[in-house]
Amino acid sequence: MKCQKCDRAATFHITDLVDGQASEVHLCEQCAQAFLTPTPEEAEEVMPAMAGLLAQHLAVDETADELARLDQRACPVCGITFLQFRKQGRLGCPHDYVFFEKELEPLLLNIHDQTQHIGKNPKRCPRGADQQTQLIRLRREMKEAVSEENYERASELRDQIREIEASVRPSPEP
Amino acid sequence: MNLDELAQTTGEWLRGSGPESDIVVSSRVRLARNLADFPFISRTTEADRAAIEKILHGRLQEMQDSGRAPADLIYVDVGDLPELDRQFLVERQLISREHAESEGARAVAIDRAEQFSVMINEEDHLRIQVMHSGLDLQSALEQASTIDDMIEEQVTYAFSDRLGYLTACPTNVGTGLRVSVMLHLPALVITRQIEKVFKSLQKINLAVRGLYGEGSQATGDFYQISNQLTLGETEQELAKKVADVVPVLIEYERQARSFLVRESHETLHDRVSRAFGILRTAQTITSEETMHLLSSVRMGINLGLIGNDLKITTINKLLIHTQPAHLQKLAGMELDQTDRNVERAAYLRQHLDPDTKSGDPANN
Ligand SMILES: [Zn+2]
Ligand SMILES: [Zn+2]
Repeated sequence: MKCQKCDRAATFHITDLVDGQASEVHLCEQCAQAFLTPTPEEAEEVMPAMAGLLAQHLAVDETADELARLDQRACPVCGITFLQFRKQGRLGCPHDYVFFEKELEPLLLNIHDQTQHIGKNPKRCPRGADQQTQLIRLRREMKEAVSEENYERASELRDQIREIEASVRPSPEP
Repeated sequence: MNLDELAQTTGEWLRGSGPESDIVVSSRVRLARNLADFPFISRTTEADRAAIEKILHGRLQEMQDSGRAPADLIYVDVGDLPELDRQFLVERQLISREHAESEGARAVAIDRAEQFSVMINEEDHLRIQVMHSGLDLQSALEQASTIDDMIEEQVTYAFSDRLGYLTACPTNVGTGLRVSVMLHLPALVITRQIEKVFKSLQKINLAVRGLYGEGSQATGDFYQISNQLTLGETEQELAKKVADVVPVLIEYERQARSFLVRESHETLHDRVSRAFGILRTAQTITSEETMHLLSSVRMGINLGLIGNDLKITTINKLLIHTQPAHLQKLAGMELDQTDRNVERAAYLRQHLDPDTKSGDPANN
């Protein structure tokens, strides 16, 4: 068998890996050496960090003014601002996926190429758990009401919390 | 506290002795979950974190009481743990570095066989992790899913019909699943093909990480291959994608090894022999150098370049036992870096020198 890159006899039969697919390459000794030694560019290219991705994709299509306004938006449930999310790369609560849906869409597409879950579903709340997530907001508001000594509001909130908690509380294990 | 007991063994992920165990070390599966009625960790108060820990600890306790989780689960309050023990659990891969170093109420439940651990209040409220030696993603996935179902019977997860399991970081949303396989690829490193492998894997959305931590600079030529995306594919599809690439990488590494044997047998034999010689005679040695040399010896055993009955399982044991925290746990005292290097060299001599070889170090 002849070398694929020159006229010498191929003595090395190498499995090459392209996009995770293996293919056979047949080379002579000299060409095999060159083949197995990466070019400087190849050696330099490393995996892009997830970090830069966020800023890069969120800023697309937004003018500085719009971005500044967007940064001030705060989730009504947990209170995280968009700026805080951008800085730490971590969301504040499940509701953020709803509240910042429009902004997260391009990011999710970039990371996952998809925006629809098709895997496993939990048995208890296969349609989602929005109601439980509202408890985060109610508890936060109740704490604020207490600290403002607005006890009437606090007790209203406490009743709402108990109502939701009772409706979602699981039956005890047999 | 039973961590001292764990220190004597190698743990599940380095146990392997199967047909490809010189290359495929272990398989891991991790599921990220959050309770629906608490903020994600970054927005929690100390009281929230304590409440989450209480709920999930309670849930695990119920599972134990009803006989559905092992009665001898080791439950560890990570916040209360001395730094040495936290580092020990990181070396053991039972908790993440982030979990070890963060603040507030947090815990881990560890299966005594070390096939699974459940981290509470890591980046997400719940991280279920299953580790099996060798290439065994399918059953690891099933085990993780079973634990997930059991916990979920009494708690409500943050979930949306559209986006699946909701996680603190959008990179984990959907399945919340990370499957990874740890491979030992020394010949691909020596022949400088590893970057090419990285690039190729990256194109099919697979990530490569070193043995410990996030950097791509692996210690001891150990690399973890894992899925990059978590949304829009089923758990089985994600696991299959990682599993499918493993035979290709094994073949690739085997070819690189044969290439080295044929092309530069003397250089390779010399490299392996020198590594073995240093490990058997050094009087002081760092953790990095040890990993580097053990990696060469590990490959040398497979290629028949080490002339005694040294086993890969022995090298696996030395790899974990010479890590800083393990070394100190085994020595039964805290040691500074200088003393650690001396202790490490003594430990290696004791386990690799035939004259002092008393008791088989590979018996677990
Ligand atoms: Zn040629
Ligand atoms: Zn929120």
